[in-house]
Amino acid sequence: MNIEEFIKHIEAEFDDLKPGILKADSNFRETFEWNSINALILIAMVKTEYDVTLSADDLIKSKTVKDIYSLIENRIS
Amino acid sequence: MALFSLPGIKISGISAAVPKNREFTAGYKWISARERESLVKNIGVETRRVAMKGTTTSDLCVAAAGKLLDELQWDRAEIELLIFVSQSRDYLVPTTACIVQDRLGLPHSCMAMDIGLGCSGYVYGLSVIGSMMQTGTIKKALLMVGDISTLTTCYRDKSTYPLFGDVGTVTALEYDRDAPKMHFNLQTDGAGYKALMIKDGGARNVMSRKSFEIKKIGKGIYRSRLHLELDGIEVFNFTLREVVPNIKKLLSFSCESLPAIDFVVFHQANRLINETLRKMLKLETEKVPYSIREFGNTSGASVPLTMIAALKEPLATGRKKLLLSAFGVGLSWGSAIVETDRICIPDLIDYDG
Repeated sequence: MNIEEFIKHIEAEFDDLKPGILKADSNFRETFEWNSINALILIAMVKTEYDVTLSADDLIKSKTVKDIYSLIENRIS
Repeated sequence: MALFSLPGIKISGISAAVPKNREFTAGYKWISARERESLVKNIGVETRRVAMKGTTTSDLCVAAAGKLLDELQWDRAEIELLIFVSQSRDYLVPTTACIVQDRLGLPHSCMAMDIGLGCSGYVYGLSVIGSMMQTGTIKKALLMVGDISTLTTCYRDKSTYPLFGDVGTVTALEYDRDAPKMHFNLQTDGAGYKALMIKDGGARNVMSRKSFEIKKIGKGIYRSRLHLELDGIEVFNFTLREVVPNIKKLLSFSCESLPAIDFVVFHQANRLINETLRKMLKLETEKVPYSIREFGNTSGASVPLTMIAALKEPLATGRKKLLLSAFGVGLSWGSAIVETDRICIPDLIDYDG
């Protein structure tokens, strides 16, 4: 897995997010509309694609796309 | 481990009544148009049935039972067991099932009791009623499952108000020595009880003036301590963690496999949860029916309501093998494998009370 692939998965889930806008160091709360439903969509995608569970706390502590990606990477290995 | 099989029990009929009154997500003005769109697309609720003030769950269940007993041509005097599964009882005291026994004209030889479960209620209720019928002494029984959840949601709480709908269902069960075994896997984790709860009004926090104060909890979320609160992410992660292993254990225990199952009927939690479960189990869309678009999350009754609303034709005309899976408040969850053969399913009742 790599972060480009992770970003592609996110882009596939969120229709309003035009491909190429989201970068590894993007603050995901500012790059696209962030609300509780979108949090669930992200959690669902991460569970289906990587079999990793993200908690509410994980999301609160994460700021950038890379922060979330690192969490996933740590939990896979 | 609550992993067991029950022989000799047959589902003879299922019926449901929903309030006639409808609310549409498109008309929910508390949130923005964009949020409404996202709600319909991801949570999956387009419209819900909302009971008028004064209508109770038992009113809906009694209406559904009256029609079902007529169509089954069952003699009410033969019914010896009634279980009412709900979190919205008529009164704090007495048990609702007692009142229903009389209203339905069931005999005094009928035992009647309530079970206070929500989302997981249908699977649990089936297992309890099936266990009690094991000896073959009780030949006919009714399982009522329903909730009026809309009474306890706050309009200014976007995390609950647009999600829940009301319904009352009844399932008629019969002792039948030749019926295929039903299999169950039932679980509990009370450590998560705060994820879905109404804080005040019970014995732990007796109702007081403070209970009614509506407070801001978060963006778009206001409620009192008498309203239902729901921690979406907590419930979501619980479901994704527990449901698939629960189902897999049941399948291996019962020597069944998913390809041999005709339909997997999930509790209608929300579309996103259910679709994620469907993908985790690699199930085809045709195998996983929904009722959430038309009726919302209908608590414990969502499994039988989905069977009626989405599977009436196949269940009424043939032999089918179903996997039922329900999960939520408690936290309580479970699954069941049930074989059905030409179930009597009356048309859904629009209750105008």
